[in-house]
Amino acid sequence: MSEVQLMKGNEALAEAAIRAGCAGYFGYPITPQSEVLEYLAEEGRKRGMVVLQVESELAAINMVYGAAGAGKRVMTSSSSPGISLMQEGLSYIASAELPCLVVNVNRGGPGLGTIQPSQGDYFQATKGGGHGDYHLIVLAPSSVQEMADFVYDGFELADKYRNPVMILADGALGQMMEKVTFREYDPASSGIAKDWATVGKPSTRERNIITSLHIQSERMEQINLRLQAKYRKIREDEVRYQMVQVEDAEVLLVAYGLAARISHRAVELARHRGIAAGLLRPMTLFPYPSAILHQLSKQLDQVLVVEMNSGQMIEDVRLAVEGNAPVEFYGRMGGIIPSTEEVVEKIVSMVNSRKQVEESHV
Amino acid sequence: MSEAAVITEGLECIWQKPATLTNTLMHYCPGCGHGVVHKVLMEVVQELGIQSETIGVAPVGCSVFAYNYLDVDMQEAAHGRAAAVATGIRRMLPDKYVFSYQGDGDLAAIGTGETMHAANRGENILVIFINNAIYGMTGGQMAPTTLLGMKTSTTPEGRTVDTQGFPFRITELIGMLPGSYYVTRQAVHSPNAVRYFKKAVTKAFTIQKEKKGYCLIEVVSNCPSGWKMTPVEANKWMEQNMFPIYPIGDIKVDGKLVAKNQVQ
Amino acid sequence: MPRGTVEFRIETCKGCELCIDACPQESLALSKEINTLGYHYAVLVKDNCTGCVNCALVCPDAVITVYRASKKSSAKSSAAREPVATISNVKSNIKVVLDEVPEGRIDI
Repeated sequence: MSEVQLMKGNEALAEAAIRAGCAGYFGYPITPQSEVLEYLAEEGRKRGMVVLQVESELAAINMVYGAAGAGKRVMTSSSSPGISLMQEGLSYIASAELPCLVVNVNRGGPGLGTIQPSQGDYFQATKGGGHGDYHLIVLAPSSVQEMADFVYDGFELADKYRNPVMILADGALGQMMEKVTFREYDPASSGIAKDWATVGKPSTRERNIITSLHIQSERMEQINLRLQAKYRKIREDEVRYQMVQVEDAEVLLVAYGLAARISHRAVELARHRGIAAGLLRPMTLFPYPSAILHQLSKQLDQVLVVEMNSGQMIEDVRLAVEGNAPVEFYGRMGGIIPSTEEVVEKIVSMVNSRKQVEESHV
Repeated sequence: MSEAAVITEGLECIWQKPATLTNTLMHYCPGCGHGVVHKVLMEVVQELGIQSETIGVAPVGCSVFAYNYLDVDMQEAAHGRAAAVATGIRRMLPDKYVFSYQGDGDLAAIGTGETMHAANRGENILVIFINNAIYGMTGGQMAPTTLLGMKTSTTPEGRTVDTQGFPFRITELIGMLPGSYYVTRQAVHSPNAVRYFKKAVTKAFTIQKEKKGYCLIEVVSNCPSGWKMTPVEANKWMEQNMFPIYPIGDIKVDGKLVAKNQVQ
Repeated sequence: MPRGTVEFRIETCKGCELCIDACPQESLALSKEINTLGYHYAVLVKDNCTGCVNCALVCPDAVITVYRASKKSSAKSSAAREPVATISNVKSNIKVVLDEVPEGRIDI
């Protein structure tokens, strides 16, 4: 473990990329994540990384495609409107089964929006965004330490499954400064051979072709079945989440990223007020921790989903809860970060309404 | 195989299909220039002995299936993005040979940004640009390089300046960028043209080996199906109508513009 | 005796006629037969091929293999070489294999 440093989220992410053996970064400036590109342009280049500011996010994601196809660990980062531009490329990367890391530092939208943080890209990240039946593995950090840790994890998952991985952060996580330490890590230790890469075909093998084009439907269906089998495996093996005080919880908050930080504090304050509140924080948004949530929902009275959007993850929560408990929503949009007090008020009012309903039935 | 065996005793074989071209029947229409370009490209790869060090990029267009015919490691690219994909490969593998093989829509319409910037950065790649003034794969629509008055499925009355602007001579523009090193316009419709084209390809791969910069070879080519002519007629039409707008010859050599081919 | 000759991979030919147009000797034509793709394929119809390679250069499908008399092969064989058979009026695919020089004329 390296010594403790005080760093901005974006910079911690960039530093982790260098240490995780990222060979190439292709990016375009966009607030609130330009620091990733800038940090790498200075530090990454010094330490042997190819770092290129390119002409657009369209170019960036396609350079990631080419470079990933050449067998290297590569990544890009952007924010919501730029990530929209990358959707075609991500669909191609997923279909061609190439490993790569993409970071979305989510800002307020839709449209050009604002540079303030938001979680409005949940659907885009987890339900596709690009065309066709594919999934990104989506990791949701909620601290500067996780901004760093998830980079190592992300590259490993990408290589293991030959799939693009997205780190879904937000503008606040990117800008805030916290303590961070970097793992001891030897990129060469990952040990995954990339013999499918296009590096020039020696006489000892057939040529490698990286493509997502399969004109014959029978073949395209086979490709899709293979991808679906992969996603099933990922769902079985790669779910990650954190539970806070859920053992005796009557009200469960479900939140990710920055909203989870706020919800965690709200749970503590609610407990001070005698409410048995708990928090389930998904760390992977795909695969979603549906199984644990379903299990918890059997013992709960109420679920509150806290998001910085109009209500996107709540749909996955409702699917997992399957009617075992009522699911409510609290959120702010437009780049506004909900305060802990607002969330506590919401918890209190939910609990009070439930008590009123119960009393009226007695 | 029904083949007439011809008496070849006493003669030596002086030309045959390069081994770097696969045995897969090419799906291109009869007489299409793509086949000739593929053949020459692979002939040069064979002669230079670089099959094991070459990676190609085949984006959308009739030649998206090029990887079925060219026996080198290849990547398919999204429409317009070949120059970016090639850049990604080149930046990761600085000592290999990288080429992209693009049509007029890919390079000069949807991919204009990536095309210009790869040239501007002086990426050490070879871009082969097949210009047949039409979109073949999707059924014969207008291309940026379609001639004025030319009828296509989206210019049924003929292209006019008022609505669709001018034929796009992007190759000249690329020649004006300091990052481009060797920019030339060739054809493959006649034996002599094919010989000059082969020289251009050989030169371009040599430049890549010496890491001197970005090479673009535009091939003014035919589309017998899209133009609705026989291959022989199409080549004659091409000589009479395409060559005056897209003149054959070098535009930039050794990093310097050749005076007679500058944009009017 | 011809200075050169060409072989066609008939099943790959698409009958585009570019080789016919490119041949300076007018030695090529489309056959009356079609191959399994449905195309009339190109064939050599005269024996004046010079092995100039023009046809192979313009062929989009690499159908043609070109042979030419090299200096050493023609020197070695010009003394012994004389026509052993004339093949004309080719209506369908034929295969000619000569093991030894026969006496007289052969009708096929």
